[in-house]
Amino acid sequence: MRRSAAPSFAALATVLVTMLVLGVFIPIVQATNGAASTVRHRVMVDVYMKSTATSADEARVEREIKRLAHVRSVQFESKATAYAQAAKADPAAYALLSTNPLPDTFHVVPDNPGNVLVVNSELTRSGSGPIDPAIGKVSNKKSDTKKILEVTNLVTITAAVLTVLLTLASVLLIANTIRLSLYARRREVEVMKLVGATDWFIRWPFVIEGIVVGAAGAVLAIVVLGVTKIALLDPLANHWTLIAAPRTIAFPALVAVLLAAGVVVSALGSGLSLRRFLRV
Amino acid sequence: MALPKTQLRTRRTAAVPAEPHQRTLAARPAIRPPVIEFRGVSMRYPSGDVGLEQATFTVEREDFVFLVGATGSGKSTVMRLLIKELEPTEGTLRVAGHDLGSIRRRRVPFYRRNIGVVFQDFKLLPNRTVYDNVAYALQVTGGTRKEIRAKVPDILRLTGLSTKLHNYPDQLSGGEQQRVSIARAFVNHPPLLLADEPTGNLDPETSIDIMRLLYRINRTGTTVLVATHDQAMVDKMRRRVLELSRGRIVRDEAAGLYARDENTREFATRLRAPSDRPAGV
Repeated sequence: MRRSAAPSFAALATVLVTMLVLGVFIPIVQATNGAASTVRHRVMVDVYMKSTATSADEARVEREIKRLAHVRSVQFESKATAYAQAAKADPAAYALLSTNPLPDTFHVVPDNPGNVLVVNSELTRSGSGPIDPAIGKVSNKKSDTKKILEVTNLVTITAAVLTVLLTLASVLLIANTIRLSLYARRREVEVMKLVGATDWFIRWPFVIEGIVVGAAGAVLAIVVLGVTKIALLDPLANHWTLIAAPRTIAFPALVAVLLAAGVVVSALGSGLSLRRFLRV
Repeated sequence: MALPKTQLRTRRTAAVPAEPHQRTLAARPAIRPPVIEFRGVSMRYPSGDVGLEQATFTVEREDFVFLVGATGSGKSTVMRLLIKELEPTEGTLRVAGHDLGSIRRRRVPFYRRNIGVVFQDFKLLPNRTVYDNVAYALQVTGGTRKEIRAKVPDILRLTGLSTKLHNYPDQLSGGEQQRVSIARAFVNHPPLLLADEPTGNLDPETSIDIMRLLYRINRTGTTVLVATHDQAMVDKMRRRVLELSRGRIVRDEAAGLYARDENTREFATRLRAPSDRPAGV
């Protein structure tokens, strides 16, 4: 029944492009946040035992550490394990050593990465000495820890700001394109009012058109994303299984989000933009 | 050859809900209010320009009235007041006995369904065929597919467009587009038809055809009000003429001419008078 479809194509293209960008952006943001989070959770306090410490000492120390506040878990790494790990990383250097210089270590993981310094001061009794004589040294690589916390915070905040800006830009872009295409048809709306059509009778066809355009644009974007994913990303993922891939949104969920966003913004954009012209 | 005077106004499309003690217009017996009643209506635009100044006149049922006057004299203002596109700043305006001021904004579409309007620029929906344009007027009032399939070809035949059913407006000539406009205005058989310079964009021969169509519509019992510049048409048809000048009604003649009858001397005086004041008013 309708002949000129150019304005609708413009709206469809806009939805397609914004959904594509969002579809690429959302997993990236999630991966970034996931990586930042992983790094934050690796922040911990190392407690090095003296080389003279006995297993009874170590058991006692472990109990004491666990009793402290803000301690989530304690991992024990024996000197032998530490030696094996370090030797694997740098065989040439460790081949020259005849004895094991590395101590037994307790890795103390705080319940919240932000509390790592609190745990550290508990263990060192705020600088006056470790809580147990068998402890050789408490190390938290303070400067590194602080840096890690700051950087990961910054990354998370930046990602959040970018997401908000991108979402806003997408919504505005779609709404604006729809408003322009309706503006081009305001004569039609005027004629419909003169013939005695009620506001809703005029509005419904435009809202439905908004829904269709939004759905079509989103579906096309999803198809492009899906094809890209299958063709490019999945083969790569097989090569990357050694590196822990951060958890990102499942593809079906992403599809649903994009579809819903496209349809809702287009339909709402059409319905609300018409108000301006229906007042005429 | 009279068209059937079917009343198509159902409850859905009633202009204003009927008062309990009165029945609908069609059922009321002897005394019928005039179709249009202006009483001291003034319309001043927000910019300060005067559209109408204390206009008072009545149009009875089945009248055919010409509204003449220079540009800016208030003809379009009268039309726009009648379709409730504008609100008068003073006075009361009654259509078929109902005070237009009491119609709320939400009910305006229902009021407009009882008035057929024809414009100088045709005002057709450009992306729809002739058939769909006329059908739209029926869809708006809730017409079924069956009704539409029956009525639209009929009215298009009556307006001489039966071969153009599936053409788009931009494939039609001006005269044909205006016929479509008239067909759409009349398909619901409204009691009142307003035409705002219907022949403004048309050549003299086509203008005659259009006026003939309006005349035939009037003969079916529809009240017709035509605002026009077309002097030849007004003079030939000799119907009631309402002349407007600067928003005031200056003449209301039963079988009038476009311009007041004047002899040569009066004409000469008028030519020599200062241009912004027509002499003798």
